[in-house]
Amino acid sequence: MADYIIRRLLQSVAVVLAMSVIVFFGVHVVGDPVYLLVNPQMDQKDIEAAIRALGLDRPIWEQYFHFVSGALKGDLGRSFIFGEPALKVILQRMPATFELAIAAMVMAIIIGIPLGLYAGLRPDALVSKTIMAGSIVGFSLPTFWVGIMLIMVFAVMLGWLPSTGRGPTASLLGIESSLFTLDGLRHVLLPALNLALLKMSLVIRLTRAGAREAIHQDYIKFARAKGLRESRVVGVHLLKNIMIPVVTVLGLELGNLVAFSVVTETIFAWPGMGKLLIGSIQSLDRPVIVAYLMIVVLLFVVINLVVDVIYSLLDPRVRLGASAP
Amino acid sequence: MSSAKPDGATTPAAAVETPLRRFASDYLESPVAAAGLAILVVILLLALLAPLIAPQNPYNLAEVDVMDSRLPPGSESMAGLKFWLGTDGAGRDLLSAMLYGLRISIFVGVMSCLVAMAIGASIGLVAAYAGGRTETLIMRIVDIQLSFPAILLALMLIAVLGKGVDKIIIALVAVQWGYYARTVRGTALVERRKDYVEAARCLGLSHARIVFHHILPNCLPPLIVVATVQAAHAIALEATLSFLGVGLPPTEPSLGLLISNGFEYVLSGKYWISTFPGLVLLATIMAINLVGDQLRDVLNPRLRR
Repeated sequence: MADYIIRRLLQSVAVVLAMSVIVFFGVHVVGDPVYLLVNPQMDQKDIEAAIRALGLDRPIWEQYFHFVSGALKGDLGRSFIFGEPALKVILQRMPATFELAIAAMVMAIIIGIPLGLYAGLRPDALVSKTIMAGSIVGFSLPTFWVGIMLIMVFAVMLGWLPSTGRGPTASLLGIESSLFTLDGLRHVLLPALNLALLKMSLVIRLTRAGAREAIHQDYIKFARAKGLRESRVVGVHLLKNIMIPVVTVLGLELGNLVAFSVVTETIFAWPGMGKLLIGSIQSLDRPVIVAYLMIVVLLFVVINLVVDVIYSLLDPRVRLGASAP
Repeated sequence: MSSAKPDGATTPAAAVETPLRRFASDYLESPVAAAGLAILVVILLLALLAPLIAPQNPYNLAEVDVMDSRLPPGSESMAGLKFWLGTDGAGRDLLSAMLYGLRISIFVGVMSCLVAMAIGASIGLVAAYAGGRTETLIMRIVDIQLSFPAILLALMLIAVLGKGVDKIIIALVAVQWGYYARTVRGTALVERRKDYVEAARCLGLSHARIVFHHILPNCLPPLIVVATVQAAHAIALEATLSFLGVGLPPTEPSLGLLISNGFEYVLSGKYWISTFPGLVLLATIMAINLVGDQLRDVLNPRLRR
């Protein structure tokens, strides 16, 4: 086990390093950001001074080593636009993104699992067929379009919920979040639903498949033969065994949610990392792009590692050492 | 599943049953899948014939009048042209703009799909045929790449490459090739050990000929299934990127860009500019997914009844 974790760790470090090279050199091939930032009235001397101040006059490999040695100290360069450390700019927006991702995940679970269970236990009922058809539509719906439709219906036509921005935040147990205020919850509802829709379809399908498989197993028959109430058979015996694949997939999907929040944040003007990335791509704010990508790569590598390890702990049948070539 | 079919080999009717005909009848067994195929064919025809059937050429500035902008569905222009689905912010007939947009969306999706298939399948075949270190290295790269969400990789590439039809196609290809490589490699590994490959080797055929003429055709069924699913993904991803303003340039208004243009008017209640292109996008993606689902069932020999 320790052997496996160490090997996976080394592999993860290699991936992060490789990505840093690709991202850094890739991003530095794009157009010249100096001319976007300096005043057009500036003369050549001032422009050169600006280039020097931003460190853009150095050879690219020197910039890269400067970047890596800085990155190890937690310094990913200064944003051209904000004039602040790129890492700080991103970390400021991180809570908003995580808040959205978590709200979406919770929504996907509390709506998806009951629907999936119902569809799995009564596969021939009309309601079940409707649920499954809905999940296919959920897979096909482009996230950004659903976001617009949600705004149109709930914010413009019905006027029930706000369409843009994040509500006021409150502090609970040292965590600052808009989920703790009523107005904050009102603000998070639409974007979270938008982000949750795809995952909800996934949860429904996973739960249904799990339920249909497990319902014929001996332990369910035995639980019924013991005379347990149906609610206990389903709620305890069945659900526990379905949860393993659901939890694994959802763990992996958490990173995906953070990546997809780029779309939702742009639509709902949610002040998170994703909206920042799009803005940075459009204004060629290289340090922020590089820092964002590095943080997300790191996030993914960590999530993949943690999910793999937890999975091996949850399900003893998985022999991790053997599966890696 | 309930009614057992007569054994095809013994009945005389089986003599006229060609593989293609059997495939067609298997496919059409599901009415939903048949409807999906019909919708897809209609959509493809609309996209192909857009310049002929569109009431207006939305690129021709002489035909477009800014005075007609943001008219609701069913209004008439100054010149008496009827706008069945209304007009967009620039005064273009939305129906015409959608037909042209559909054309661009499908072109980008299909093109990226084909290129990714060619590249991915070749790499997957080489990996399976070469084996050893080459295979491990290639498949490891695929694994790592596919562990990142497609949209993130695409954004990363767009940040590097910039906007444009060619750039978007490159980004979509880079995002997709891994799925093809993985699929083909899986099938080719099985095929490689079969007798016909051994026989081809005994005939002294070149490696390239064995790989592309003998193994590749047998890897096609799963490849086709992956290609349909990926085409839907590519179209959706392109629309998303264009919506975010980092995809196609404004001169190539795909469906995603039309939806994006309509977004600013949604808050003032002008619903049609975003809604209708979105419905077409949804219909396209769903039709492709339905066809893909059925193809997977029909082409999978393990599910054959």
